[in-house]
Amino acid sequence: MIDTLRLTAEQASELVRRREISPAELHAAYLEAIAARDPELHCYLHVCEEAEGEGIPIALKDVIGTRGIPTTAGSRILEGYVPVYDATVVTRLKARGLRILGKTNTDEFAMGSSTENSAYGPTRNPWDPSRVPGGSGGGSAAAVTAGLAPWALGSDTGGSIKQPSALCGNVGLRPTYGTVSRYGIVAFASSLDQVGPVARTVRDCAFLYSLIAGRDPCDSTTVDLPHPVELPEGDDLRGLRIGVPKELNEAEGIEPGVSAAVARAIERCRELGAEVGECSLPLSAEYGMPCYYLIAPAEASSNLARYDGVRYGYRARAADRVEMYARTRDEGFGDEPKRRILVGTYALSAGYYDAFYGQAQKVRTVIRREHDAAFERFDALACPTSPTVAFPLGARTQHPLAMYLSDLLTIPSCLAGLPGLNIPCGLSEGLPVGLQLIGPQFGENTLFRIGHALEQALGFDPVPARLRS
Amino acid sequence: MAIDREQLLHVAHLARLELRDEEVERLGAQLNDILAAVSKVSELDLSEVPPTSHPLDVVNVFGADVPHESLPLEEALANAPEREGSAFRVPPAGS
Repeated sequence: MIDTLRLTAEQASELVRRREISPAELHAAYLEAIAARDPELHCYLHVCEEAEGEGIPIALKDVIGTRGIPTTAGSRILEGYVPVYDATVVTRLKARGLRILGKTNTDEFAMGSSTENSAYGPTRNPWDPSRVPGGSGGGSAAAVTAGLAPWALGSDTGGSIKQPSALCGNVGLRPTYGTVSRYGIVAFASSLDQVGPVARTVRDCAFLYSLIAGRDPCDSTTVDLPHPVELPEGDDLRGLRIGVPKELNEAEGIEPGVSAAVARAIERCRELGAEVGECSLPLSAEYGMPCYYLIAPAEASSNLARYDGVRYGYRARAADRVEMYARTRDEGFGDEPKRRILVGTYALSAGYYDAFYGQAQKVRTVIRREHDAAFERFDALACPTSPTVAFPLGARTQHPLAMYLSDLLTIPSCLAGLPGLNIPCGLSEGLPVGLQLIGPQFGENTLFRIGHALEQALGFDPVPARLRS
Repeated sequence: MAIDREQLLHVAHLARLELRDEEVERLGAQLNDILAAVSKVSELDLSEVPPTSHPLDVVNVFGADVPHESLPLEEALANAPEREGSAFRVPPAGS
């Protein structure tokens, strides 16, 4: 009997390797868990009853293109779309024998922080189904926490891996920009989008990252890792310097329970031998959000221009071609993509380009420089991932700006192209709190080391209380 | 920096988005809130700062010039809403 709630990917691989369970039996165990729990949680948009491969299963966020398996990006405009090729990350996973378990729910085009923007209905948080799992990758995060997949891939533009991992209490990595191929991924904002792993342990997260990272000739924005991924083993942090950015730990809106849990985790780093000191990212904290909400929509307005009803996806009936484009897009897109397309088109239009998009790109330089300066003194930075624990469904849907604030603390390092790891560090009001560890460019191994040591020291139980038997 | 109904419809047209009246009302109000918030970037004097278009130090990446198979026609057209022979079929361009 397999307890999918507790089984790590590492343990699952070991069971398969020792032939104690067959890949098909393991796959079936997850299908059973999905049948039992997914009607309530709605993590999956598509479940693969059959799969090939001699390895363990994996769930994929539905922005990742999969040959022969529907890929909707949570949007009506891609309803019924079945890719004719695999994304490079999928090709790499298949080459290692991994079996695709299904496609997970996401805010439409990965735009959102709760999965409530999915055209196919929201995902619910396994800790409390009246609350959101975070977003945009709420489906992948909730699936891993609820034992509906041993691990998963997500995508992160401004926090879409880290924030749902925080709200669901698991481990999520947004890798250094350029280390994972985006070939075959539904594009949102190309200077920010990154694919990354979601897992139950830091070691699983690191191993999955090692499977997908590295240069891909099909994506010219990728590079090879300067050093191989190291699976973390140690339990001390001696010799490491951890910076605590004042503004990202004291920002308005951070719940006291979140602050307290994060402060305890940082104190634990000190006990494990790390040198901990304060640092400052004032402009990143203050201007990160406005900068992001210009750059991301501007790039989105360009990327989403391809959805015109001509070659794939939804097409509205119209007698005239331009009318067909405009009606297809009105009927096919939900509110959030429309808001971002409008903001982005405006910010890029003649007369406004310099004041908005051009200025935001300069702010981005300022944010990079601030982070560079912090990493001259520290090996990693620590702060909360999300200002709050999981919030109730519906709480922010009527207020786009309130929803945007969910990513206040994840956005600055995304703009700087830096890796960020979420690990669960405790509970507040019975809900998980996420600690965000930010590294310098290609600093993933340091994040894994810190994350793993803390994981052992904190002893967080990743199985939601209501699902423990 | 408020955007009025006429400007909104112009931007929507640039983006090939046909907005219904109800959407013009609702999205218009939200858009103004969002634009007010993001306009904060103009507070900073950054005349001497170069822009960042993406965070990676790579320029001019060249691929090897190796011929390879293209997607077969049937696959390329597999998701077409409408096709005619080897082409995507679309309504005629109007006035």
